[in-house]
Amino acid sequence: MNRRQTLKFLAGAAAFAGTATTIGRGAVAQAKPVFSLPPLGYPYEALEPHIDTATMNFHHKNHHNAFITNLNGLVEKYPDLATKTPEQIVSNLAAVPEAVRTPVRNNLGGHWNHTYFWELMTPGGAKAPAGDLKSAIDGTFGDFDKMRAAVKQAALTRFGSGWAWLAVKDKKLMIFNTPYQDTPHMDNAAMPVVGIDVWEHAYYLKHQYRRGDYVDAWWNTVNWDKAAANFKKAMA
Amino acid sequence: MSFKLPPLPYAYDALAPYMSKETLEFHHDKHHQAYVDNGSKAIAGTPYESLSLEEICKKAFTEKNAPIINNAGQHYNHIHFWQWMKKGGGGKKLPAKLQGMVDRDLGGYDKMRADFVNAGVTQFGSGWAWLAVKDGKLQVGKTPNGENPLMHGAKPILGVDVWEHSYYIDYRNARPKYLEAWFDNLVNWEYVEAMLEKV
Repeated sequence: MNRRQTLKFLAGAAAFAGTATTIGRGAVAQAKPVFSLPPLGYPYEALEPHIDTATMNFHHKNHHNAFITNLNGLVEKYPDLATKTPEQIVSNLAAVPEAVRTPVRNNLGGHWNHTYFWELMTPGGAKAPAGDLKSAIDGTFGDFDKMRAAVKQAALTRFGSGWAWLAVKDKKLMIFNTPYQDTPHMDNAAMPVVGIDVWEHAYYLKHQYRRGDYVDAWWNTVNWDKAAANFKKAMA
Repeated sequence: MSFKLPPLPYAYDALAPYMSKETLEFHHDKHHQAYVDNGSKAIAGTPYESLSLEEICKKAFTEKNAPIINNAGQHYNHIHFWQWMKKGGGGKKLPAKLQGMVDRDLGGYDKMRADFVNAGVTQFGSGWAWLAVKDGKLQVGKTPNGENPLMHGAKPILGVDVWEHSYYIDYRNARPKYLEAWFDNLVNWEYVEAMLEKV
């Protein structure tokens, strides 16, 4: 077979594969990617006026989706991505082979953080902490406003891209920030209760350089029922 | 000595459509101004005050002084960033000395351009991509946040800001498009050559 015939043969095989695809059998199921973009649990405009529709669209469909695309490209090099949960992997990065550790850290961290972030925000839900979480916040920081001021400070002092967190470590609430897409599980070995994305893409279209205004607006979107569930899980 | 914000060396709308007036207003008047203010505060009353900006960058990195690395670094980076751009910039015709080094050390213009853009694309999060001279050789590199090649024993001759504030208004998440447009249409090669002459 010469080169031209080979190409023609391969084209025929591709056409055959195409037929298989249309009837939805065989190789198609195996080709399903391991990672897919989780849908938002609310419309893109649902968090207006606190988080604008354009930002939500770019943030979810482009930024979050880039992590999904990159992760699917990493599965072959690091098959554990298909068998372990993201939380298991981000909680023990030392177990990830060094050759893929940085891309796993960045992309699985980005995927975990954003999935968490979308679920934490909601147009409805409780607007302030109650019960055990309220008691823990009051006991640790004084009151709700003082806790919010400390999270804002953590958000403003993260130079460049990153996140600010209210989290639980050793059954105690604490506030810190992380660089890039690092999750609270990584260097801090903590479990988050609430977290805010302070990459500029999270606020630049609406607030530009005014990161503090974004943090102030963002509190209006936090679902404290979800935060209470996060707290319960972290304290278990 | 405290830091001072230099005026933009061209009109705010001079770089449109590749970099908009709006982007330059926020970037120069707000972001750079904040580095000037915070950097001045961080060095006030310290031995850093008597040093040149380049010396401040190097000393801060050696001493792991994060507020000064960040703010003095960004002040240095932005002073040159404004100069590294001009209306009607870019193009493949490089000044003679620079062309010689690009050919000798970086495999020619096309490879240098591809490697520089790739450095910018692969800098995860905020940071910069660079052409810098180290041990007499030209190299392509990248640094996070406010760091620059001075802190890594090299002399920068060209740098591009890949913080999202530099391109989000004009390009959204499309960082590769921003970098290609920047390289092909804005780079002030005469200023790059002038920095190379001083190395």
